[in-house]
Amino acid sequence: MLPFIAKRIVRLAATLVAVSFLTFLLVNLLPGDAINALIPIDAQQDREFVEQVREEWGLNDPMLVRYARWLGDAATGDFGDSIVTSRTVSDEIFHRLPVTAELMLVTVGLSVLLAVPLGVAAAYREGTRVDQFVSGLSQVFLSIPGFVAGLFLIYVFAMKLGWLPATGWNRLSDGLLDNLKTVILPALSLALIEIAVYTRVVRSDVIGTLQETYVLSARSKGLKDRYILFRHCLRPSSLTLITVVGLNIGSLLGGTVVVEFLFAMPGLGKRLLDAIFQRDFMMVQGITVFIATVYVAVNTLVDLVYMVVDPRIRKAD
Amino acid sequence: MSGGTVGTLLEVRDLHTTFSIPAGDVRAVRGVSFDLERGRTLGIVGESGSGKTVLARSIMRLNIGTNVTTTGTATFDGRDVLSLPHAAMQDLWGPEMAMVFQDPMTALNPLVRVGRQLTEHLRHHLGVSKAEADRTAVELLREVRIPEPEARLRAYPHELSGGMRQRVCIAIALACAPSLLFADEPTTALDVTVQHQILNLLGREQADRDMAMVLVTHDLGVVAGRTDETLVMYAGTVVEQAPTRALFADMRHPYSEALLRSIPRTNRPSHTRLAAITGRPPDLIAPPAGCAFSPRCPYAQDRCHEEAPPLAPSGGDASHAFACWTPVGSPEAAESFARNVADGLPSAVAVDLASGGAS
Amino acid sequence: MAAGTRLRMPIFTRLCVVWLAVIVLGAVLADFVPGLQDPNHQGFLFGTSKTNDAPSWAHLLGTDNNSRDILARIVYGGRVSLVVAATAVATGTVFGMLFGCFVGYVRGKADAVVMSTVDVILAFPGLVLLLTVVTLLGRRDLVVIAAVVGFLSIPPYTRVARAQALAVSRREFVLAAEAIGTKKRTILFREVIPNCLPGCMGYALVNAAVIILLEGALAFLGLSVQPPTASWGNMVNAARVDIQINFWPVVWPSLALVFTVFSLNNVGDFIRRSRAVRSAAL
Ligand SMILES: Nc1ncnc2c1ncn2[C@@H]1O[C@H](COP(=O)(O)OP(=O)(O)O)[C@@H](O)[C@H]1O
Ligand SMILES: [Mg+2]
Repeated sequence: MLPFIAKRIVRLAATLVAVSFLTFLLVNLLPGDAINALIPIDAQQDREFVEQVREEWGLNDPMLVRYARWLGDAATGDFGDSIVTSRTVSDEIFHRLPVTAELMLVTVGLSVLLAVPLGVAAAYREGTRVDQFVSGLSQVFLSIPGFVAGLFLIYVFAMKLGWLPATGWNRLSDGLLDNLKTVILPALSLALIEIAVYTRVVRSDVIGTLQETYVLSARSKGLKDRYILFRHCLRPSSLTLITVVGLNIGSLLGGTVVVEFLFAMPGLGKRLLDAIFQRDFMMVQGITVFIATVYVAVNTLVDLVYMVVDPRIRKAD
Repeated sequence: MSGGTVGTLLEVRDLHTTFSIPAGDVRAVRGVSFDLERGRTLGIVGESGSGKTVLARSIMRLNIGTNVTTTGTATFDGRDVLSLPHAAMQDLWGPEMAMVFQDPMTALNPLVRVGRQLTEHLRHHLGVSKAEADRTAVELLREVRIPEPEARLRAYPHELSGGMRQRVCIAIALACAPSLLFADEPTTALDVTVQHQILNLLGREQADRDMAMVLVTHDLGVVAGRTDETLVMYAGTVVEQAPTRALFADMRHPYSEALLRSIPRTNRPSHTRLAAITGRPPDLIAPPAGCAFSPRCPYAQDRCHEEAPPLAPSGGDASHAFACWTPVGSPEAAESFARNVADGLPSAVAVDLASGGAS
Repeated sequence: MAAGTRLRMPIFTRLCVVWLAVIVLGAVLADFVPGLQDPNHQGFLFGTSKTNDAPSWAHLLGTDNNSRDILARIVYGGRVSLVVAATAVATGTVFGMLFGCFVGYVRGKADAVVMSTVDVILAFPGLVLLLTVVTLLGRRDLVVIAAVVGFLSIPPYTRVARAQALAVSRREFVLAAEAIGTKKRTILFREVIPNCLPGCMGYALVNAAVIILLEGALAFLGLSVQPPTASWGNMVNAARVDIQINFWPVVWPSLALVFTVFSLNNVGDFIRRSRAVRSAAL
């Protein structure tokens, strides 16, 4: 098992270096000159001052040199400073991270909580009305983009009913209830598609598991159907679900950008969007690499969880 | 238990099981009847595909899918299980009836520890505490001769050998002390060397617990000396039925005789096709009009192809029934065999050659 | 379609096909549809229509907050979604299939290199990558958006095609062709690629739905085609500020988007199911 983990970590690091280089390449090809973000246009008359700032920020070095410098710094945990706010990129990221992390956790939690019973029920009653209803529902959910869901949720629950705030964010330190009030609508908007994807996975997997002899053998012991479904079927199926949740983290991260924009939430996605508009390339670079890291790390973690849940793999390695 | 220790435990009458598939109706079991006394053993023998598994699962109501229909009656301890509601079945499964499956590799959930699989139904049916269930489980594992039973409780199935796994399956089936055990080819998937151990274990448990047992196998050699009574099945029907001793003493149906001839030698892999029976089992969607075995029978006459023989005793022994117009050892059989050999009928020629071309 | 003969197409799926046909025809023929208005005509400048007007004979779906005809904008907006989706599918299939089938068939170093590249690109969340690249290019007309989305579609198709090719390479006809000494390139184009095609096509519909959702999100963020060019996403974004005053300009493009994505998924599911039935019947 240990050599396996080591191998995964080496691959993780290699992927991250490649991702960061690609981002660096992209970001540095951005048309706007970073100098515009540093000095107001009308102050750029002073050529000497401009040159001095360029030198100071290392904008004159060849790209590879700048990348090497960035990578070296990044290895020590220094991701540079935001050109716009002058705060360090890591500061900005860790300031915003809790918002996005909470949003994603609530979304995934909500989705799994709803998708598992739906998927299991559809599989257990395969081919019946229940199954058709669940399949139809997931097809509908799969077709509703986060921003559409979000807008309608805002319209109904904030504008018409006035139960929840339309936009904004209350930190957890402001009280759990106030915090939940601001996270529930964005999470729901993101959850629809996740619910649909997870439900389909659970359904088809449980249908497969129900054909196994060990399920028949559990039945022949007189155990209750519900117990068999959740104890004997769900565990093997949960392996697949975990993988899909991991793979879906990427699109979910993309979704947070849209939803944070719509709900004006001070999260990472919103910050990335702002940074792109402001040509704040250190920030873009930092957040993108951070997001890619999360994605790759989550999927490595998924593989490890897999080993913990499935005793056969645990033994094989 | 209502019936005491003697009397009929299971009474099966005219059982039919059909699977509807796109190609038509697969009539896997076609009119099987038998009785089983408490504490006695019944062997069900037939080559692969003859409907043994479907029969056993029909009686236990364990056929899966919505495309299956079972008719007839199966009276277990006074109740017709075929008409019981699902919830009532769930109370029978475990404490009354249990099943040991063919392949211990797939019959155990690979992701659930042996201990839980041994105790979950114990706790469900008998309502005992976890500690007590664990104690019983250790007892059971010891009983089925598994070394270090305490440690095994925490193992996953893949950590055990095939033979050990089947022992675990047997322990699971015995856990709630059922009065009837179905063992569906319990040794077919195992090494030849452990087959005997497992069969002996089953026999010992059956005797010690005074439990009725249905032993399903494709190998006549397995039931010899292990069961009180034997049913020989072919294409979903019973072709011969007798006390095991009587059957081996005087085998009347040509199919039983063919099965006997094909008993696997120990030096041959156990699950090979029955080499000695030429031809293939019939199509169960449209079974032949006459005797289902007639196309492969060395003694077949014209009548056999046209009219199905009834399952009936003949001669003095009322307990020995068979379904054949030309039973083994009868003058009709000798006559049609000679004619079939002369006509070059493959089934007859093969038998003739195997017996050294006596005729 | 041969598949349709085995599994009857439910009424519902037929409706989806009809909807897709309407959207496609509308997008292609928008300029020639009689009575369809100019999607960028602001009637209130000429005193001919009001902003945020309710549906009427003059404007079947009403007008938006710039007094433009919503129906016309939806029809023209479909053009953006479809062009982007079609480009993605075409680019993805052509290049993805070439790369995927090639490396899936020859394996070895090429496989390792191509697939690590694919992994790296897929390690980016799609929308973030799209955001960055679209911003990078500065120009935001339909050609650029379609090109970027098309390029980014290559990796996922490569992965799908490679998986197919791995399976196909082990089939008898490929082994037989190898045994009689057929050139690898000939086998690749004559045997491997044609046999990977159906699998990739099954993926194409699902992928088209995903791409339309992505373009919608991008447009909603104001990063797809430059307004005033209509696209469903930017219509929703433009109308949402007035949602309290007039709800419908948000609803119509949302429905267009949801119906289209739903239809693609529904038809895609149907095709998958009938393929499964067919292979089970074989
Ligand atoms: N679920 C099913 N659907 C259709 N046919 C089935 C099904 N289960 C069993 N059969 C058919 O019933 C016949 C008897 O099968 P089975 O009882 O498993 O034979 P045996 O156990 O004697 O080897 C076989 O021809 C088999 O194809
Ligand atoms: Mg069987």
